[in-house]
Parts: sequence; structure tokens; C-alpha cells
Amino acid sequence: MCAKAILKEPTIPVKNYDRDLLIELYRKMVSIRLFEQKVEHHFLAGDIPGFVHLYIGEEGIGTGVMANLTKEDYIESTHRGHGHTIAKGADLNRMMAEIFGKKTGYCKGKGGSMHIADFSVGMLGANGIVGGGYTLAVGAALASKLREDGRISVVFFGDGASNRGTFHEALNMAAAWKLPVLFVCENNEWASTTPYLTTTSVADIADRAQGYGIPGYMVDGNDVLSVYETSKEVVDYIRSGNGPVLLECKTYRIKGHFVGDPEKYRTKEEVQEVFDNNNPINRFEEKVIEAGVLSREDLDAVYGEVEAAIEEAVRYALESPEPDPSELFDDLYV
Amino acid sequence: MAETKKITFSQATLEAMQEEMERDDTVFVMGEDIARQGGIFGQFKGLPDSFGSDRVRDTPITETAIVGAAVGAALAGMRPIADMHFADFMLVCGDEIYNQMAKVHYMFGGQKTVPMVLRAPDGLINQAAAQHSQSLEAIFQHIPGLKVVAPSNPADAKGLLKSAIRDDNPVIYFEHKALFNTKGEVPVEEYFTPIGKADIVTEGSDLTIVSYSNCLQTVAKPVAEMAEKEGISVELIDLRTISPIDKDAILESVAKTSRLAIIHEAVKQGGVGGEIAAIVAEEGLDYLDAPIMRFGSPFTPVPFARPLEQAYRLKPEAILEGIKRMF
Ligand SMILES: Cc1ncc(C[n+]2csc(CCOP(=O)(O)OP(=O)(O)O)c2C)c(N)n1
Repeated sequence: MCAKAILKEPTIPVKNYDRDLLIELYRKMVSIRLFEQKVEHHFLAGDIPGFVHLYIGEEGIGTGVMANLTKEDYIESTHRGHGHTIAKGADLNRMMAEIFGKKTGYCKGKGGSMHIADFSVGMLGANGIVGGGYTLAVGAALASKLREDGRISVVFFGDGASNRGTFHEALNMAAAWKLPVLFVCENNEWASTTPYLTTTSVADIADRAQGYGIPGYMVDGNDVLSVYETSKEVVDYIRSGNGPVLLECKTYRIKGHFVGDPEKYRTKEEVQEVFDNNNPINRFEEKVIEAGVLSREDLDAVYGEVEAAIEEAVRYALESPEPDPSELFDDLYV
Repeated sequence: MAETKKITFSQATLEAMQEEMERDDTVFVMGEDIARQGGIFGQFKGLPDSFGSDRVRDTPITETAIVGAAVGAALAGMRPIADMHFADFMLVCGDEIYNQMAKVHYMFGGQKTVPMVLRAPDGLINQAAAQHSQSLEAIFQHIPGLKVVAPSNPADAKGLLKSAIRDDNPVIYFEHKALFNTKGEVPVEEYFTPIGKADIVTEGSDLTIVSYSNCLQTVAKPVAEMAEKEGISVELIDLRTISPIDKDAILESVAKTSRLAIIHEAVKQGGVGGEIAAIVAEEGLDYLDAPIMRFGSPFTPVPFARPLEQAYRLKPEAILEGIKRMF
């Protein structure tokens, strides 16, 4: 495999996809979208404290990649991690409860939105430090290599994070040791208020793979099937013991950097344009309906189920107790 | 008395790793120049012969990735030992230590432990100058979630390293470079030195001296001996663990002696001595018959030229003079 970035177009016609897989992809994307819409609503209503960064508009990436992983594979996530966590199979109730700062949350209310983890599904944690996840994923992959357990590790990161030194240290170590790691760049064109081209030395982050002698790929991150197909190829490559791959998924950050961001750095029209014309959920709906594999009714049925599950997650979070002050010292040491 | 043998500090840490790696195949070691070269202080010599270069792993020069990968491997069920070459280089990977290694267990609600050891050769050796001689323990004492140990002799070196490897918490293991070649009696039978427990090296009734690591041997002990000659009975405490600190041992001793001096090689300002003094001021002020005295290095980077380095080093005689003023 060459070390030059390649733009992968989808090759499998939609009608050849397994129906259950398509339903599953749709369910995941809609779960992320509806989950986050609720989070946004409750944050603005003052029910959720701290910082919340939304993944809305980027659902195709986490969904498409995760569909190629098993529960045993590891992922490392970012400050924008709800989507990855849901796609990896975490429980919506416990996630919502954690974001609300409740005792029933994944971290007993000690983590919040930026620090959710679910080790039972191989989700090794979100990270409040940009670029904090790379080396941890490399370590998890090293563990898999030492144990020969066949697992791979995937680390998600933004275009902004690709400028951290940890990116380079992790890519080098993973490449030198041929570790089973997939580096997934979610290039949403923004790092907080900064457009990525103003701070990044290459137009395509996938090109950086060349510096480490590993394959670099680029896909349309708003096309879940492209992401699915390409990540399938690279996951197979990594599982076969070939070492790491860098996969850049082009997308766009629909929401502000965090909920409450005044977004003075871009126009509403720019955002609306992407949301209307290049939204992974709408694009998927159009594709599958046009190909005749799923009907509007099929999609609506899934949507309805997800809506109910999210309602339930919010109810669970709202009704859950807050942690007791006496729990402050719990889990400081083992 | 249990049977003992005389070995070096370095040999003692090697035995600890040998024993733990034989027992548990999730234990592995990584760091710069550890496999091929055996570590720059020879502290890994022979280990790859027993366990191969997968489990005794030479890394790129990439401290951030070494510590981060150790955290990740620990999260994935291993018990890594990461070597920092020189403790000074830990400052390259502040995030990995402060924000990741130390926090993961707590911040994820206790879902996962981080059973890893960071080996950090620290302290003054001859003319290694400002970036290869630091004693950084105070920085790490300030981070909740970490354990920090600093043995002063071969027996504790082995016992503490074995405890650190088996501990489910992340442990920073400071090993003073000047101690590597020192010899001492080490039990032949398997044993563990408990983390969090100070050691009463000598009992006494007039003055408590708290020290640790190489400074205990080269400064605190001579000071205590000279004080004894002057008729001051010294209780010498080897702290052994910097965090969590053994408050009880210190307070009990001060309750008995009514005087406290703390001696460490790290610069005095912002050092561990300040923490110990504060503990006693807060919880044991009534025991005291004299102000607490702290002795640490001057507040400068470690200088290179010999006369400057000599000026920098702690002087037992000067410390004794200070101590005499407590009476
Ligand atoms: C080390 C570090 N520096 C800065 C920040 C503050 N910060 C949080 S998110 C962010 C932008 C990240 O951009 P990118 O990696 O592109 O991810 P995106 O938010 O676009 O998903 C910044 C600067 C941080 N959390 N950590």
C-alpha cells in the first residue's frame, strides 16, 4: 500500500449493502443527533453544567468507523466524544446521567461530558486535553500486540489536534513498532475559532502519513458509507498485522465550538448551507430511499424508536440523584 | 533474623523486576536505551535475556509517547514500567503524567485502574548540571492520584519497586543516581516494602530528622551522628514514600522528641520539607519546643563548575549548626 493520501470514493452500490447494517448505521447516526439535540436543549435550559461540545453533523464518521469494530477493540476519544461513545455501544442512560453530573452516570458524576469512558465496550475515555488520546491508543495497541489478542485501537482527533506534538510522537511510535492503530482525523475545518488552513502546514492532514511511512487515506466524512467502506479496508489491513493507518475524514462543524459559542468567526449562511446540502443523515436517507433498500417508513420507524430511547435517557438523567458530597474521596486511590 | 545478601541498589531493582516479570506476564518495561544497553545506569542489564526485547523494549526518544503508551497499555490491562532515563525528562510529558496517568482512575469514576510504574533516576551526580540533576518529587507530591516513592537503600529499592509494580495505582519511583552503585543488605526471601509507610532508621528522644533518598545517607545520617556526639539524641526517619505521606509516623515522632528538622536535596523553596513542616504546624504545634527547621538545596538551578556545585551541595556541618540553635 502506498503512503500517499488517496481520496476513496465509495465502490459498493447501496443496493448491495446488508439491510440490517444500513438500519444499524442509521440508528447510530440518529441516536447521536437526537442525543445531542437534547443535550443542547438542556444545557441552554441550565440543567447541564460545564462545557459541552457537540458532534452534530459529524455523525457519519464515528458511525462508519465503529461499524467495523468489535466490542473488544479499543477507542480513544476527544472533547467532542458523545458520538464516538454512542457509536461504540455505550448505554445512553448512563451517558446522559454523566453529562448531567449524576451519580448514576458512567463516572459517578466525576467526569462530565469531556470525561466519559465505558471500559466494558472498549471506550477508553474522552479527553479534555486536545491530542491527549493518541499515545494512550498507541499503548492500548501495544498491549494488544504483546498479548496477540487481535484487537485494534482507534483514536479520533480533530484537525486542530493534528498539530500537537503528541500526534507526531504517536504516529512515529506506532509506525516504528507496526502497532495496530487507526488514527482517524475528523477534519471539521475549525479548531475552536480558527479555520484550519490558517494554522496547518498541509492542505490534507492525510498527507502527513507519508512522513511516517504509513498509508494515508481521505474520505468524505459526511458520507457514512464512504467512511464505512474505507475504514473496513484499513481495519482489515491493520488487523492483518501491517501496522497503523491515518484516515482523514472531511467534514464540517455544524454547531459552535461549544454550546453557547457566539460564533463571531463565521456566518450563519455558511453553516446553513452545509447543514442543508451536506448533512450525513439527510444524505444517507436520500441514498437508501433512492436505491430502494429502505423506505421512508423503515427510516421513520427507527427514528421513532431512537426518539423514545433518548426521551428515556433524559428522564433517567433528570430523575437520578446527584452524588453525595461524601463521595469526594472515592476512587482517588484504588 | 532473616537471611540477607549484600547487593547494589541497581541489582536490587533488577531483582524486583525479574521476580515480578516472571510472576506476571502483563508486566513489561519500556524506555530509551534499556534493552540493548541495559539502561544508562545498568539498571536493566540482563533483563532482555530473560524476557526478550518485546517485554524489555527500547523506545524512540519520545517521553510523551512512552508515558502515554504506558497509560494506554495499563488501561488495556497491562502493568507497564516506563523508564524516564533521567527524572528531568518527565517535564517533557507533563500532560501524560498530570492529566492522564494521575487522573484517569478518579475522573472515570473508578472504572479502571492505572497500574503502572514510572522509574525516574533523579538527583545530583557529579557535574551533570541543571538539566540532568534535579529532584522533582515536590511537583508530583502536589498531584492527587499519584503515589510517589523514593528509596534510600537497596533493600527498600527492591521492596518498594515490587510493591509499586503490584500497586493498582500509578506510582512514580524516584531512584537517586548516586545510589545505583551503593551496596546494602537485602533479604533473600521475598518481601515487600509497604508504600505509604516511613521507616524509623534510628530511635531518639531529642530531635526528629525526616529525610529520604540519597540525602538520607549522605547528609542526614552524618548530621545525626554528629548531633549524637554533641549529646543530641536523634530519631531519624526515612520517609520512603513522598505521597501519600506518612503523617502518623512524623507526628508520633515529634510528639516524642519535640523538635523537627527536615533535610532533602531538592531546593528548599516549595519542597517536600514545606509540606512536612506545615503538617506538624497544623496538627502538632503543641508538641514543639523549637521552630521547625527545613534544610534543602539553595534556590538555583544545579550549576556545572565544580566550585559552584560544591557550594550548592548540602553541608552536614552547616546543618548541624542550624540544629544546635534549636536547643
Ligand atoms: C492541549 C489543549 N490545548 C487547548 C485546548 C482548548 N481547546 C479545546 S478544543 C480546541 C479546538 C480543537 O480543535 P480540533 O482538534 O480541530 O477539534 P474540534 O473541536 O474541531 O472537533 C481547543 C483549542 C485543550 N483542551 N487542550
